[in-house]
Amino acid sequence: MSGFRALLHKEILRFWKVGFQTVAAPVLTSLLYLLIFSSVLDTQTRINGVRYMSFMIPGLIMMSVLQNAFANSSSSLIQSKVTGSVIFVLLPPIGYVEFFTAYMTAAALRGVMVGIGVFIVTCGFSPLEFAAPAWILVFFVVGGALMGAFGIVAGIWADKFDQLAGFQNFLVMPLTMLSGVFYSIHSLPLFWQKVSHFNPVFYMIDGFRYGFFGVSDAAPELSLAVGLASLFVVASIALLMLRSGYKLRV
Amino acid sequence: MGTAVSFQNVRKTFGALCAIDDISLEIEEGEFFGLLGPNGAGKTTLISCLAGLARADSGDISVMGFDVVRDYRETRRRLGVVPQELVFDPFFTVRETLRIQSGYFGVRKNDAWINELLENLDLSQKADVNLRSLSGGMKRRVLIAQALVHKPQVIVLDEPTAGVDVELRQILWQFIRRLNREGHTVILTTHYLEEAESLCERIAMLNHGRIVALDTTRNLLSENANRMLSMRLKNGNLLPETLRGRAVLDKGAWVFRLNTLEDIEPLLAAVRESAQVFEELQLVQTDLEDVFVRVMHANEGSGEGNPKRGLE
Ligand SMILES: Nc1ncnc2c1ncn2[C@@H]1O[C@H](COP(=O)(O)OP(=O)(O)O)[C@@H](O)[C@H]1O
Ligand SMILES: [Mg+2]
Repeated sequence: MSGFRALLHKEILRFWKVGFQTVAAPVLTSLLYLLIFSSVLDTQTRINGVRYMSFMIPGLIMMSVLQNAFANSSSSLIQSKVTGSVIFVLLPPIGYVEFFTAYMTAAALRGVMVGIGVFIVTCGFSPLEFAAPAWILVFFVVGGALMGAFGIVAGIWADKFDQLAGFQNFLVMPLTMLSGVFYSIHSLPLFWQKVSHFNPVFYMIDGFRYGFFGVSDAAPELSLAVGLASLFVVASIALLMLRSGYKLRV
Repeated sequence: MGTAVSFQNVRKTFGALCAIDDISLEIEEGEFFGLLGPNGAGKTTLISCLAGLARADSGDISVMGFDVVRDYRETRRRLGVVPQELVFDPFFTVRETLRIQSGYFGVRKNDAWINELLENLDLSQKADVNLRSLSGGMKRRVLIAQALVHKPQVIVLDEPTAGVDVELRQILWQFIRRLNREGHTVILTTHYLEEAESLCERIAMLNHGRIVALDTTRNLLSENANRMLSMRLKNGNLLPETLRGRAVLDKGAWVFRLNTLEDIEPLLAAVRESAQVFEELQLVQTDLEDVFVRVMHANEGSGEGNPKRGLE
């Protein structure tokens, strides 16, 4: 347990020390998305009865949570692998479950911190409701944990920074961007609607949005089930990798 | 005193390469033990298997009776490893690094010992400096402090003085000697053989993943090849037949290995009796470097005769 606490503390300290890059910068990016999209698109448009700008805000918040949770665990691992400093966490008596939990928790925490930051800077632009706040919290946690765990898998698997960048650019970015952040999937052609239903990130954003407006494309219970099932799969992969020492212990 | 570290029939391969080839070795509690060998001999791999950074293909490794795979928490708590590579975490200051490392080992409120480490390694001035801005020598000191932060019973140093200045070497050895006197077991690999000679009580020499010599430093130096008598005879003079098998010709001089100084007299007598005349006679003190070169040479199986057996 003491190993978990120390590792979690270290992981939090790591991103907090460069908080300008790891928290402030992504908040600014989301703010720019909001300003640009809402100025080029018709602000009178309503989606599921919600003003377009209001509709977009929860999507942007959740997108930030997901992307930053992934970025945190994956970049921490790849960085320490490439520089060799990963041995400092491999030499101590830290079990693989502790290891996993610490990296995932820190990643989720960074995601949620960025998410809260995005909420603070965007909430003044368009009215928001809080129809079901419990769902907001649940998806904050599940979304952050899911992508934090996914970042662990990617960070362990990648040997170089550019492999990780590939992961980020060709998997994480498309999955998050094409998940209904900027639109309702009902506005998509039927084929792409179907495709979206295979994207776990869609459910995270859709369920999160339900917490605000009480309306969503999928039922929040279904979204939560998909999120938890995905988390279970990704966490199992990460734990198996860590237990076997895959790419960490030769 | 029990066994601090035990390797039993340890093997480790990387693809076709056998980095550790059936090594068995026991290191006693409180020992100052040297692990020597040329680059690629397998020293770092052996240490990695001990520390859990690598997993041996077969064989058993234990620390204070605990198995390094099954009871890894117990063994890692008892081990402090200074890695060969100069690695550091660029996010933190020296003090933060040491506090975090303490935490990993479950040691809290460790500031008194951390301060002592900083003082002993002459790092106090740099305590609040980021690792990134430290020189190589300073980073090395931090690595040593990190390895010692949980007061491990067994301290493993993998070439800790490679490329570091004389000052640090002295600071380091003074401190490590003290820890050894206080009961810590020390395992050292080094390229500086004079360092090993003066520090280590016992030495294992490795080559191609095998132990090629294992003995106390004293025995390695004395019994194996402590002294040599080098004699050059007057032009045209021949070494008596009776001595031929016991000497090695090295650049025109016959070199005898001596077990004791008393071996000299019969040699000289034999030469005198055969009415040969010396041109030069020299008693050569062998150091660990000579032993090392000889053992490695013999192990390669090349050269005329095995010098180790010169006097047998
Ligand atoms: N991770 C690895 N993958 C492949 N080969 C390795 C690896 N680590 C070490 N080796 C090889 O194993 C042998 C022993 O290396 P090492 O233990 O580092 O030797 P030493 O520390 O004695 O210089 C070398 O031939 C080295 O190239
Ligand atoms: Mg080495």
